[in-house]
Amino acid sequence: MSDPIIEVRGLSHAYGDVLAVDNISFSVNRGEIFAFLGPNGAGKSTVINVLITLLSIQNGEVSIAGHDVRTSPEMVRRSIGIVFQEVTLDRDMTVWEILEFHGRLYNLPREERRARIEELLELVELDEKRDSRTKELSGGMKRRLEIARGLMTRPQVLFLDEPTIGLDPQTRIRMWEYLRAVNRAGTTIFLTTHYMDEADHLSDRISIIDHGSIVVTDTPITLKNGLGEDIMYLETSDIVRTEELLRNLGYVRDVRKKRKGVVFTVTEDGTRLLPQIMDDIRGQGIAVTAVNLKKPSMDDVFVHYTGRELRDERPQKWGAGRGRSR
Amino acid sequence: MNFGFMTVYWRDMIRFFRFKTLLISSLVQPALWMAFFGVAMSSNFDRLSAGIAPVAGIEQIGYLTFMGAGVIAMTTLFTSLFGGVVILFDKNWGLMREIFASPLPRTHVVLGIGLSGVTKAWIQSIIIMIFGLIIGVRFFSGYTPMATATAVLGIMIFVGTFALGFLFLSATISVSMESPEGLQGIITLLTLPIFFTSNALYPTTAFPGFLQVLALINPLTHLINGIRFFAIGSSFSAVGIEFIYTPLIILTSYLYLLGFCVSMFLLARWAFNRAVVT
Repeated sequence: MSDPIIEVRGLSHAYGDVLAVDNISFSVNRGEIFAFLGPNGAGKSTVINVLITLLSIQNGEVSIAGHDVRTSPEMVRRSIGIVFQEVTLDRDMTVWEILEFHGRLYNLPREERRARIEELLELVELDEKRDSRTKELSGGMKRRLEIARGLMTRPQVLFLDEPTIGLDPQTRIRMWEYLRAVNRAGTTIFLTTHYMDEADHLSDRISIIDHGSIVVTDTPITLKNGLGEDIMYLETSDIVRTEELLRNLGYVRDVRKKRKGVVFTVTEDGTRLLPQIMDDIRGQGIAVTAVNLKKPSMDDVFVHYTGRELRDERPQKWGAGRGRSR
Repeated sequence: MNFGFMTVYWRDMIRFFRFKTLLISSLVQPALWMAFFGVAMSSNFDRLSAGIAPVAGIEQIGYLTFMGAGVIAMTTLFTSLFGGVVILFDKNWGLMREIFASPLPRTHVVLGIGLSGVTKAWIQSIIIMIFGLIIGVRFFSGYTPMATATAVLGIMIFVGTFALGFLFLSATISVSMESPEGLQGIITLLTLPIFFTSNALYPTTAFPGFLQVLALINPLTHLINGIRFFAIGSSFSAVGIEFIYTPLIILTSYLYLLGFCVSMFLLARWAFNRAVVT
């Protein structure tokens, strides 16, 4: 099944001398949830800003829902919905007014606009808050309102830049449920995130992006399985010999020595292999003092492909004078 | 015809009527000018000019009436110059991204903000006129109701054109600036010379040469010419000086304001089309 709704070929973008996005190509199929996973500053926001036509394209080709962002940005705008990274709600407008304003911006006829607002208020469960000013809403409600706003025009693709940044864990999980419901109803979703679990649990496919380039693109399962079946950790009385022994086992890969033990992956079901491995080690007269077994996570995938942990969150790069609240 | 600018207008009006403090202070402030500065100055000026013999056959008007036109103009200037500030806030708080990523042409943002600024300027002007009439400004004296209506309409056209010009200028500055502090600095810097090189508070005839030139190219002077012509008449004397406004002078003043307004619109259009908001 290949019915691309977003096609990006050879996209590059520079700010002055700094190359933020370096020759990126990917495509998103109709109906997919597609995630860009990468650390802050990897170029995710630049890509999304070019795709939604806020930045004019410098190099490469981008087409969205059959429209070229260079030659028909207007048609692109009419085909997409956007949820921005920071809250972009007027604090002093009501929930209803936010949606009404958006509908008017896109020139929706009055009847359709009003009907759509009712539908969406119900979908995101903000019906009772329709006359509340947005400054009275919780973080999760604001996000839901922004998702509703992004859906006002029945877009073919919904873009979300870090949709759950700054939300508490329960709210994030509910947000994912909303997004899945939206996706089931037929909207393609493109999101950027620096949360491993978000990319893992929500997306059909993931591109890992780092230093402006796509490192790998695949489904979460394939990415995780690509690392081997399971990850094991062993502490023994003789790490050097243990490591040597493990390297000689056919189903063991990626043996790495840690300070007190050895980490390795196995290509088959680890729960069944572990007793065998422990017997082998004991057979050499080495005592096993600690054992851990886990299925690979997106974190492991990320470390594998980029060679390091996801850089920890730095403070958000606000522009001069830009603040989250006022 | 695309009426997209009405969306921007609608939102700005919601905000105008929602912020009660801002609404009330913007209405009370010009009234305070009239009440304190006007009354204080007029008692002085009227005493000083009492010795000057009135020009025969020409209506002599008091300082409060003379200054009334100036206060309308001044309020319009201030309101309009600050009218674009909302754009800077929208930009810094990310709200402008929603608009810039929508199919709405950017010139419509400029037009919407302009229209809402004009609405505010009109409301203020009417309030000042009513308040002025109450405290003794002798506008429209001896006018028939029909003539009064025409005069008010004329004033509104002058105020509207002038306000649009300065709103476009304000929008241009706002969309090009990063910080509210810098914006405030620039606007204050603009306001003072524009206000004091005009004929708002005093006649310009006694100005030294270069100030007279500044007064002549100052749009505020031309706005005030228009207001005085419609509110007071084509010929009167005030502060011991005779004023004659022929229809040609007034037409020239209006065309000057119109030219200013169109240039500022072109400037704003250019600034908005090159602005990058991410």
